[in-house]
Amino acid sequence: MRAPDAASRNDGACSSMTRRQAVFAGFGGFCLCCLPRTLRAESFAMEEVGPGIFQRRGPNAEATAENNDAIANIGFIIGRDGVLVTESGGSLADGQWLRAEIRKRTDKPVRHVVMSHVHPDHCFGAAAFSADKPNYIGHHALREALEARGEYYRKRLEDVLGPEKTGTVVYPTQGVKDGAEIDLGDRRLRFTAHATAHTPCDLSMIDSASGLLFTGDLLSVGRIPSLDGSLNGWLKEIERLKGTGATQAVPGHGPVRVALAPALAEIDRYLGTLRDETRKAIAADVSIEKAVRTVAQSERGKWDLFDDYNARNVTVAYKELEWE
Amino acid sequence: MTYAALALGLSLAASLVGGAAQAAGASDSDSERDARWKEIATSIFKDRAIQPTETLVKVEAPKRAEDAALVPITLTMPEKDKIKAVHLVIDDNPSPYAAHFSFGPAADPGELKLRVRVNNYTNVHAVAETKDGGLFEATKFVKASGGCSAPMGMSDEEAMKGMGDMRMKFAGEAQPGKPVEATLMIRHPNFSGMQMNQLTRDYTPARYINKLTVDYGTKNVFVMDGDISIASNPVINFAFLPEGKGPIKVTATDNQGGRWEHSFTAPTASN
Repeated sequence: MRAPDAASRNDGACSSMTRRQAVFAGFGGFCLCCLPRTLRAESFAMEEVGPGIFQRRGPNAEATAENNDAIANIGFIIGRDGVLVTESGGSLADGQWLRAEIRKRTDKPVRHVVMSHVHPDHCFGAAAFSADKPNYIGHHALREALEARGEYYRKRLEDVLGPEKTGTVVYPTQGVKDGAEIDLGDRRLRFTAHATAHTPCDLSMIDSASGLLFTGDLLSVGRIPSLDGSLNGWLKEIERLKGTGATQAVPGHGPVRVALAPALAEIDRYLGTLRDETRKAIAADVSIEKAVRTVAQSERGKWDLFDDYNARNVTVAYKELEWE
Repeated sequence: MTYAALALGLSLAASLVGGAAQAAGASDSDSERDARWKEIATSIFKDRAIQPTETLVKVEAPKRAEDAALVPITLTMPEKDKIKAVHLVIDDNPSPYAAHFSFGPAADPGELKLRVRVNNYTNVHAVAETKDGGLFEATKFVKASGGCSAPMGMSDEEAMKGMGDMRMKFAGEAQPGKPVEATLMIRHPNFSGMQMNQLTRDYTPARYINKLTVDYGTKNVFVMDGDISIASNPVINFAFLPEGKGPIKVTATDNQGGRWEHSFTAPTASN
């Protein structure tokens, strides 16, 4: 399953997995589950990226039975009055893992679980926290997006992971329109509900104690961004992120702490290239099936999973821009 | 039998044949696929013989679709003077008979492009009908799944915004005797009836363009009968002969009584 994927794309899952496994097999019979221990530990370790802020880096891979869809950056913030989960994980199993990691470090109650957007690699860990009865916080449009796609995603994920590890669709209990704030006693989280960009329901937040910006998938570092909302909208929201005053960020994918400006410059360049070249293709009557092979090719080699997502991004961009 | 009745009949037939096989379409054997195609072909064409062809019609599609809800299809019919109509069938879709184009005197049927939904690994059949009544088929296997049931990613209201708006683009200058390529874009969600609101468990009712007529002046370019397999916001590339007079007129109707008409100024050949 292509985790952060538009609803409609569900084909490549097993096949790309097979391709990947075949590649591993070619290098001495490794699949993801039997990678050398050190490699594995590296991709699943918790890192303290700021005071009381713990993050796990997700590998740049697709969901597989072996990785539990644990492919996004997830983690938590410990405040005076409790814990806030910054992203819940890609499956019930991933969320349960995160909950155990929290319990290794604090006994404070899990008060809030952030759901940064509708994609399964960011949402399906939420069910692991239901016993904590947390405040599930998301963009005001997240509920509608989950109503439309949640069950669909769950079935696709279940095909890969099986029902026990997948879990159920959890809906936000707090929907953010424009902005919101959560006070953990010694630190505040300021939330921004974005206009349609990566998806129609992107939520970002800034932690007052560290100044860190948690971007969700509005920012992806190293892993190719996947377009599932609006290309023009995303480019606008990137401008908005530049104006937040934050200098350091926790992106949805990639290293768990990065300098914001250069990381935004990278994604800005990719999305700008995607927009400009798609517009050019449309103006020159280049068909959509040709455009997927020609647009943004200069970006190959700059992103992991380029060949898995770029053509798909061009399709979404073309669909949006041809009506300009 | 009307087209609508035929489509409905096919949809029932396919779900009966399909059954378990629909869920496991990726692993169907060639003989299962052949059997399915024979059944569909019989429903549409009765006992008329269909010859395989390498020359009269070709169907191009990505082997593996980028987006199962938007799979670009190109039909080429190089011996265009012989062609009267073309049928597009997506064997494993819930309603396999995706589209039927009949060409009028102002048409250049050499190439036709459209975008479809593909719900399962499937053969895509193009059947060209020649003016002397012959039927000729070409096939392409496409890997994609879920295109018909895939949620739109927006609310129904939003998907219906601007419904019936149209645009037409023309490629290049018109030259006497040379066909003009045109792209017709129509705002319409083309709801498949299989897209479910997961909370209410209601399916958004099917609402799709069932007939599309393009005329150049008094001459017809083509009439398309469409179904739920056509992707949302339909885009159709076609060509017409520049000899006509007057505007290009497009009339679209949908299965829920929607009707839209737009006129576009055709480029004229100057010599």
